[in-house]
Amino acid sequence: MAITGTEPLHTGALLSVAGLTKRFPVGRHLFRKATSFIHAVDDVTFDLEPGGSLGLVGESGCGKTTVGKLLVKLLEPTSGEILFRLPGLADHAVPDDPSELNEPAVDSASIEGRQLRAFRRRAQMIFQDPYESMNPRRTIYDTIAEPLSVQGMGTLLDRVDRVSEILDQVGLTPPATFLFRHPHELSGGQRQRVAIARALVVGPSFVVADEPTSMLDVSSRTGIMNLMQGLAQDLGVAYLYVTHDLAVARYMCHRIAVMYSGKIVEIGETEELLKNPRHPYTRALLSAVPLPDPGSTREPPDIRGELTAPIDPPARCRFFDRCPMATENCRTSPHPPTEEKSPGHWVACYEV
Amino acid sequence: MAAKINGPLLKVEDLTLRYLTRGGEVRAVEGVSFELEQGQALGLVGESGCGKTSVANSLMRLLPDNARLAGGQVWLRGEDIFALEEDEVREYRWRRVAMVFQAAMNSLDPVYKVGQQIVEAIEAHEIEGTISAARERVARLFRLVGLDPALMDRYPHEFSGGMRQRAVIAMALSCDPAVIIADEPTTALDVIVQDRILRELKAIQQQLNMAIIYISHDIAVVAEVTDRIGVMYAGHLVEYGNTADVFRAPLHPYTDALLGSFPSVTGERRPLAGLSGEPPNLIDPPAGCPFHPRCPRATQICQEEFPPQAWEGTQWAKCWHPMNAGAEAPSDVELEAASDVGIVEQSAHGEGG
Repeated sequence: MAITGTEPLHTGALLSVAGLTKRFPVGRHLFRKATSFIHAVDDVTFDLEPGGSLGLVGESGCGKTTVGKLLVKLLEPTSGEILFRLPGLADHAVPDDPSELNEPAVDSASIEGRQLRAFRRRAQMIFQDPYESMNPRRTIYDTIAEPLSVQGMGTLLDRVDRVSEILDQVGLTPPATFLFRHPHELSGGQRQRVAIARALVVGPSFVVADEPTSMLDVSSRTGIMNLMQGLAQDLGVAYLYVTHDLAVARYMCHRIAVMYSGKIVEIGETEELLKNPRHPYTRALLSAVPLPDPGSTREPPDIRGELTAPIDPPARCRFFDRCPMATENCRTSPHPPTEEKSPGHWVACYEV
Repeated sequence: MAAKINGPLLKVEDLTLRYLTRGGEVRAVEGVSFELEQGQALGLVGESGCGKTSVANSLMRLLPDNARLAGGQVWLRGEDIFALEEDEVREYRWRRVAMVFQAAMNSLDPVYKVGQQIVEAIEAHEIEGTISAARERVARLFRLVGLDPALMDRYPHEFSGGMRQRAVIAMALSCDPAVIIADEPTTALDVIVQDRILRELKAIQQQLNMAIIYISHDIAVVAEVTDRIGVMYAGHLVEYGNTADVFRAPLHPYTDALLGSFPSVTGERRPLAGLSGEPPNLIDPPAGCPFHPRCPRATQICQEEFPPQAWEGTQWAKCWHPMNAGAEAPSDVELEAASDVGIVEQSAHGEGG
């Protein structure tokens, strides 16, 4: 049974993505229309339940960050549908209890104006680089309070209280000693805590975290991962965790989706997917991860060639050129549909 | 290459390095000692700022202007490298010790053909007599690192990240060095390319019986490619031993915390404890053991005196309270008789920690 782009929003899902596609023109000049396109995200479909977590894993250039940006409306899709069931989105009043999910589904493409402001309150993003995502001239208080004032939430004193409270929650204590400092006075780990505070201060139901620990040192990394997990659980926030690191995705997420060249090739429960990887790309990716165990030996990943950018790719399976299992059928057929091979475990491959 | 080896290939003794900055003197490297034999692979691990890259740069004699060698010596094949004159350093660098840098993108000149850059390195060091011999040598190096020699006349931008890293490895190998230092050689690469490069590097190292020092923050990479490991913290080498021993039973609480900070794709999924706090400011490091403010095992003495080496076989850690119960730990009672139980007193290298 293949996922089509027209199924209704899955009952109880917080967000439902169907047939999501984003193409970027290449070689566009002033007097020339683009004739080629990078198929950065191509027909991506998945659901995320309230409070759930999905790890979007793949190599650089696979389209994982583009998916994240599409979800929070930092980019608009070329085609496809993103349906949200976020509190306060269908009508303009924002209820204070984000756990109410008897909301009608709202199409992301239709969200604009006042509704966009309500959307920004419920869907936030945490960026990779804590050194570039903050204005160096603004204090920590200014940085975190900004979304509150944009949303018109509370009086000045309320906002100071709220910012202090969230600083405490992200472990920057005592809050009073951090409120009026500047980003350059903080370590990378502390800055990323500020970024998390800024994303969570407005009470979102959904957060996209784009490699939030990849620029950090080992010791701050663990702290940030544990913090995010704990807060998401306590506050009931669902998140999409974009990462190149399967081990991090395993640690952080209930489910994992593996992306290759703009396509989700496999998606399933974390432990099931790692124990029984089915797609040849997932298997290659998994077997390339070095193991922190000097006695162990790994077979080299079974994969050919190198990653190429998906510029006007042929209709066949995107993994065809590198696949150890490719057949004549794979050459002549379109990209395989995503099929449920075991309960909750979906794979896009003709040969498994 | 003449082999007049008495003792180890590379011997680093009590290496101590300072950087003069506006904020004060940074104690970047504090009394680091280790040895490396031909054919061995050593991994130096630790967080940013722990001094691992400073050690590597010292071995290359590639130190910035504000660096000051405050003590210690480095011998390569019995020769004191800090005694070399400037013209001898040029000869020493690349021919004796070569480096594979972190960002392969930046170590290739974008306006020259990749092969030509390596040919020039070979000519500058007078390894081959003629240009055609140098080109033939580059072709062989390309084949060795898994690049098609036809790519010699391409420019760096025509190479993928993995191909560039291979070219940089070929360049490092071009002058037959005795020691290769690989500073985060695969950090910028995707995991499948990383796997290929590491396998390649390991095979070449074994084939040529070369000594190699991997500098990395990624303990899983180090676990796979090295047979010795040194763990650095706040400029000190705090633990050293066979890679397998250190991973199986770390002695230093910092090593233990570091190993417990990485999630894994295999085994039980367990919560990571990690480390609390931040590494110390090296302009004004804490007294005693530099790790004591973050250490779960710290006691009074850790705040006062720099710890001696505690041994377990060939593995050691500078710690008053090592993890492994079998280790010959310096207890307070034993302190006076320390030398009798095989403990080498380091006395904080005369720096007061």
